[in-house]
Amino acid sequence: MNGFLSKLTILLFVVAAVVPAQSATAGNSKNTVTMSLTGEPPDLNSMRATDTQSGFVLGHIMQGLTSRDKTGKIVPGVAESWKLDATTATFKLRKNAKWSDGKPVTAHDFVFAWQTVVDPATASQYAFILYPIKNAEAINTNKDGKKASDLGVKAVDDYTLEVAFDKPCAYFLSLAAFSTYYPVRKDFYLAQDGGKKFAADAKNLIFNGPFKLDVWEHGSKMKMTKNEFYWNKETIKMDVIDIPYFIIDAKARYNLYKDKKIDMVGLDSETFKESIKDSFKANRFADGSVFYLEFNHRPERVTRNIKLREAIRSIYNAKEVVDKVIALPGNEPAYTLFPKWLRGVGRSFRQEYPVKSHKVDFTQAKKLLEEAKKELGLTQLPPIWFLVDDGAAPKRQAEYVQGQLKKHLGLDMNIDIQTFKQRLSKMSSGDFDIVAAGWGPDYDDPMTFADLFTSWNENNRGKYANPEYDKVINEAMTTIDAKKRMDAMGKAQDILIRDVVILPQYERGIVYLQNQKLKGVVRSVVGADPNFIFASVE
Amino acid sequence: MLSFIFRRMVSAVVTILALATLIFFAMHAAPGDPLLESKASSPEIRANLLKHYGLDKPLIVQYGLFMSNVFLKWDFGISYSQKNRRVNDIIRDHFPVSAILGLLAIVMATVGGILFGALTALFRNRLPDRVIMMLVIFGISVPNFVFAAWGQYWFTVLNAWAGWTVIPVAGWGTFHEMIAPAVFLEVGTLAYLTRLMRSSMLEVVTTDYIRTAKAKGLSPLRIFFSHQLRNAILPIITTLGVALAAITTGGFVIENLFAIPGLGRYFVQAVQQLDYTVIMGTGVFYGAYLIIMVQIVDVIYGFVDPRIRVSK
Repeated sequence: MNGFLSKLTILLFVVAAVVPAQSATAGNSKNTVTMSLTGEPPDLNSMRATDTQSGFVLGHIMQGLTSRDKTGKIVPGVAESWKLDATTATFKLRKNAKWSDGKPVTAHDFVFAWQTVVDPATASQYAFILYPIKNAEAINTNKDGKKASDLGVKAVDDYTLEVAFDKPCAYFLSLAAFSTYYPVRKDFYLAQDGGKKFAADAKNLIFNGPFKLDVWEHGSKMKMTKNEFYWNKETIKMDVIDIPYFIIDAKARYNLYKDKKIDMVGLDSETFKESIKDSFKANRFADGSVFYLEFNHRPERVTRNIKLREAIRSIYNAKEVVDKVIALPGNEPAYTLFPKWLRGVGRSFRQEYPVKSHKVDFTQAKKLLEEAKKELGLTQLPPIWFLVDDGAAPKRQAEYVQGQLKKHLGLDMNIDIQTFKQRLSKMSSGDFDIVAAGWGPDYDDPMTFADLFTSWNENNRGKYANPEYDKVINEAMTTIDAKKRMDAMGKAQDILIRDVVILPQYERGIVYLQNQKLKGVVRSVVGADPNFIFASVE
Repeated sequence: MLSFIFRRMVSAVVTILALATLIFFAMHAAPGDPLLESKASSPEIRANLLKHYGLDKPLIVQYGLFMSNVFLKWDFGISYSQKNRRVNDIIRDHFPVSAILGLLAIVMATVGGILFGALTALFRNRLPDRVIMMLVIFGISVPNFVFAAWGQYWFTVLNAWAGWTVIPVAGWGTFHEMIAPAVFLEVGTLAYLTRLMRSSMLEVVTTDYIRTAKAKGLSPLRIFFSHQLRNAILPIITTLGVALAAITTGGFVIENLFAIPGLGRYFVQAVQQLDYTVIMGTGVFYGAYLIIMVQIVDVIYGFVDPRIRVSK
């Protein structure tokens, strides 16, 4: 036995030595980009997908009625033109838009997809994004006996799609580019075991975007290649998007980049330091999301008291947190819920509706705390519960706040560290005073942030409820007049700051390395990111 | 003998059923909610999801359905996090990867363990023994991912220096890519087996039959191979089954570091994501696997050691 085993081992080593090494270093072969994802896309069914990895792949293999150019501006996609007013939208579809089997993309494919999304049986978590469409909400929530076929969308003919709205939707063209709005072809869908196997594997998918998914080995690799049936294929320079690695470990990914096996890599604080040592030049990109401390406004919580929230804000130094506590370049201190990239009427929203950073003032904070105690009728405040995710960075931030509260206000704080799912569970049930939370945009309109703190929004986990706030958001929701909408959103911003609903922390930045031969990669805050549709290899 | 095997099988089945029950209720008792995502869903969508996954039924009904699906239809259901995949497919696709990696690792560990163990025993208290035993302590006390992370770094240096991929940093598919993760995966087991082999060899050296063999005038090589080694190897074989199971199921960190699509990743991530069906599937599957491995080792042991066959 021993003899056999040792011979086998020797054999293994000999084989290892003579197996030719793969020499295809990333970026060398023309017009191929090689990259890694942190995990396998969990769901490539566009009607149900919710996460960024799936969004990345879907954004390359599919296209909606509208699409985005290099700068993120909405441009024609499957639709070549449209008319939009407060109650309806009409899309004219291009006749040369085709599925990857050569059949045309028609208005019926959109009708089928949208009806399926809002059908309660689909249980799509992003169904809400179709709610501007007439009857969508009623169908999705089983109200008024509405059926999926009652949805306000109609194929007038194969190439004309008519949409009716429940309320005016100024950003509908942006929604039309979103993955939940992608078309799905009924006959193909039903052929996949009645839809049950749709998107289970590469062969259970059909594509209408610039690329098609050729290889999908679960847990292991993916490969997208240029779609010859894409109507605008002449503009696509990239031939292959190769994803041979799903790898969550940041250090291992960095090593792959260093070994020239992948063309792009995101950095964390540790690998960022290494990249400096290895003299790589890092790029920065603000990914569009905002992180903040959310207060619990429920009546049984001390944080319901505005004076207490003001006191905490008075000692909170967002810049110090970003520079010293988070200490990863790319992040920027935030002073409002609305990040810099949002567009207003003509210029950026933040230029049109500027905010001042609050002053850090410890004496004022102490005064506010005394007033808070009086209003709450307490001589001594109970310890404040701070709910955070399990992980080194969230813990460090919580400890910073804990230290500041003790030092400047003499307040005790308990840090409640929970796994991701358990944090969400505690957030929903209201078992916290302050929670470290964040929000990434779904579409490029301030509304994707603004409606978060309306009393009816399920994501308003601190249960802030203010009729005045609801009213201004309603104003913004019932008009398509850009100036009126933005003014309302500007008002919403003022109320959020006045009421200290949240304590903005930072706008997240991503630091990453990219092969210099790779050009034209678009980093986007909404839609597929990174976007290789305009990319090429020099 | 047959009744012995039958009784073992019955107890194995009962153990697996008990295990499935235990995992089921422990999982449902764990805090957190599998359906919660970072973006909240309305009560209506949530109700739709509960129905979709059958979570709207009373727990005891869910339990009954689960047990009958698994043990009568051999169907674990659909994953919560990979929404289009059946858990059966996940096990079918990814267990072989873990198994190949585990097998390669256990082969290396066994061969290495026997070799180094025998060497240390032969050179007891001399330089080779001292050096190897020092390395063994390293191997046992330092977790394998530390070695792996350190190794990956040096692979990049080596590859840059050589100008070609001498050792791949990560990836899975070719044999070339399997070697490094297998080596790191087996470090702990190799060290453990080396120590086991050493003490077992030392024990054998002082037995009567070795003295008899020497007295008969057998060549030292013959004594070493047919008497010492064969007897000293027995404790190694006993531990192999469990070691193989442990290595195949415990490769999670190595699988993550080297981007290997093994089942270990799903096993651990499912718990973090409260992916009920995958927790049940991988839990029951690994449990059954471990139990079966232990039984197989018993049988193999009977072949290697005639005394056991006789006593049965």
